[in-house]
Amino acid sequence: MTLVILALVLWLAAWGLNGWLTRGGRDRSSLVRALVPLIFGTTVLAVWELLVRGLAVPPAILPAPSRIAQTFVASTGLLWGDFVQTILKGALSGLAIGVAAALIAAILVDRFDFLRRGLLPVGHFMAALPIVGIAPIMVMWFGFGWQSKAAVVVLMVFFPMLVNAVAGLQDTTAQQRDLMRTYGASYWQTLRMLRVPAALPFLFNGLKIASTLAMIGAIVAEFFGSPTQGVGFRIASANGALRLDMVWSAILVGALAGSTVYGIITLAERAVTFWHPSQRT
Amino acid sequence: MREKVLPVLTVVLGILALWYLAAIPMNVREALTAAERAGAVVEGGSATERQQLPALRLVLLNPALALEGAWTQDRPRLPAPHQVAAELWSSVAGQPPGSNRSLLRHAGITLGATLAGFAIGSLAGILLAVGIVHNRAMDLSVMPWAIISQTIPIVALAPMIVVVLNSVGVQGLLPKAVISAYLSFFPVAVGMVKGLRTPDPMQIDLMRTWNASRAQIFWLLRLPASVPYLFASLKVAVAAALVGTIVGELPIQRGGLGARMLAGSYYGQTTQIWAALVMAAVLAAALVWFMGFLERRTLRAMGVPA
Repeated sequence: MTLVILALVLWLAAWGLNGWLTRGGRDRSSLVRALVPLIFGTTVLAVWELLVRGLAVPPAILPAPSRIAQTFVASTGLLWGDFVQTILKGALSGLAIGVAAALIAAILVDRFDFLRRGLLPVGHFMAALPIVGIAPIMVMWFGFGWQSKAAVVVLMVFFPMLVNAVAGLQDTTAQQRDLMRTYGASYWQTLRMLRVPAALPFLFNGLKIASTLAMIGAIVAEFFGSPTQGVGFRIASANGALRLDMVWSAILVGALAGSTVYGIITLAERAVTFWHPSQRT
Repeated sequence: MREKVLPVLTVVLGILALWYLAAIPMNVREALTAAERAGAVVEGGSATERQQLPALRLVLLNPALALEGAWTQDRPRLPAPHQVAAELWSSVAGQPPGSNRSLLRHAGITLGATLAGFAIGSLAGILLAVGIVHNRAMDLSVMPWAIISQTIPIVALAPMIVVVLNSVGVQGLLPKAVISAYLSFFPVAVGMVKGLRTPDPMQIDLMRTWNASRAQIFWLLRLPASVPYLFASLKVAVAAALVGTIVGELPIQRGGLGARMLAGSYYGQTTQIWAALVMAAVLAAALVWFMGFLERRTLRAMGVPA
């Protein structure tokens, strides 16, 4: 019981501290801005730990963070294999193929206006569909290996990426294009020097959406059949054995991979589209 | 509108034609095996030798047999569109609506869980957004984590949430709804925060000169200004909620489109998977369209030029 009260006290104390830190103009310093979410995060973890211990929650329902960390550290070899199988082979190769295909399709769509008017509504429609459902069919076609996961990922990322790329390529004014024409620039020169740079913010937006979709696709596809390796397989099998600490460790792998990829894309965006208003501070 | 119909129709017809064409090499092996059993002469050697040949080569060697068997098999690797349509029709209209084989029943189960999760998720998202806009501490502490959590494959939690809720005695609609609520929560929260912040300082100052209270600023200025953002994110959220429900149905196996897909993949019933997939697509399109309809009605009632 004391642990539960301690958790409550800790929560209120952290809440008060964050409230104090953000009042009276103190939130303008970048240190405070970094500190406040960190305090919130550690408090959530600490309260979780204290509540699980204080209320004696069985580990088959909710394991404590310390226990998850132990499992994670103890089985890094196993989880590394899962990471390679699902993230590197399944998600990233599928992401690369899907994005490349979408970019090529976007240029085709952009060259032929008829195709644009036809394909764009279809693309918008497809982007809203639950494409994850295609996973069992892909597993049937391409087998249990990483190829079927990559195929699901390709299909999932293609349409959001296409829609964003086409919208980006449209994002130049008639004046800018006319200027290129007065310079005597060819279609490809205009594309390379004016329209692709102008489309970059859209491309990065699409890439961010696509990268999260890729993780989801690769993991969910493993629920339909996989070799005895992979983040999705680990989650499903550990879940069946009620080893929830292992499930959480596998989810941690997915979370770390997802936020790392997202972080890399954000950094690349900042480096490449530094001129865009949304990046200037 | 009219200038869109022709290109869209062309693209859709093109996709259908590609689909029919792709079905020929996809199904050629099974078609040739069946034809051989029926006594026809098959080029390309025995069944084991044919395994080594690429599918396109087999089609070129046996064009007539490949064409004949491509679109009529019982369990094709790739069912032709009309086979999917026939399966869809027979499982929607050919079964009593309450029967376990009726696709309408499964679609209904999925729809119920999706709507429940969507309602919970978007309500929670709106409440969090209101908190974030009015409380600086909440903004700084919760918002970064909300963004990070977007990059986490949340769907992976589905099997665990189902098992955990089961063990504490929660069954039926709710475990699936929890997953779809989680997925629809963040789009709404992020969109609402953006929307509630659209009124610029001048407009807020104007409200202050009229001596409006914080609550009045919220109800009369911030909330109306956020409505377009709300609907844009509701459209994203309702599609995400459907994905969440379908994935949540995989480990539960008590009906629903996701369960139907998994059953189809266990028993090799490809047409059944495709029919469930088309049903899910129809459901998603209907939900997004309905949100768009509500959006147009609301915005028109509020006097926003369409």
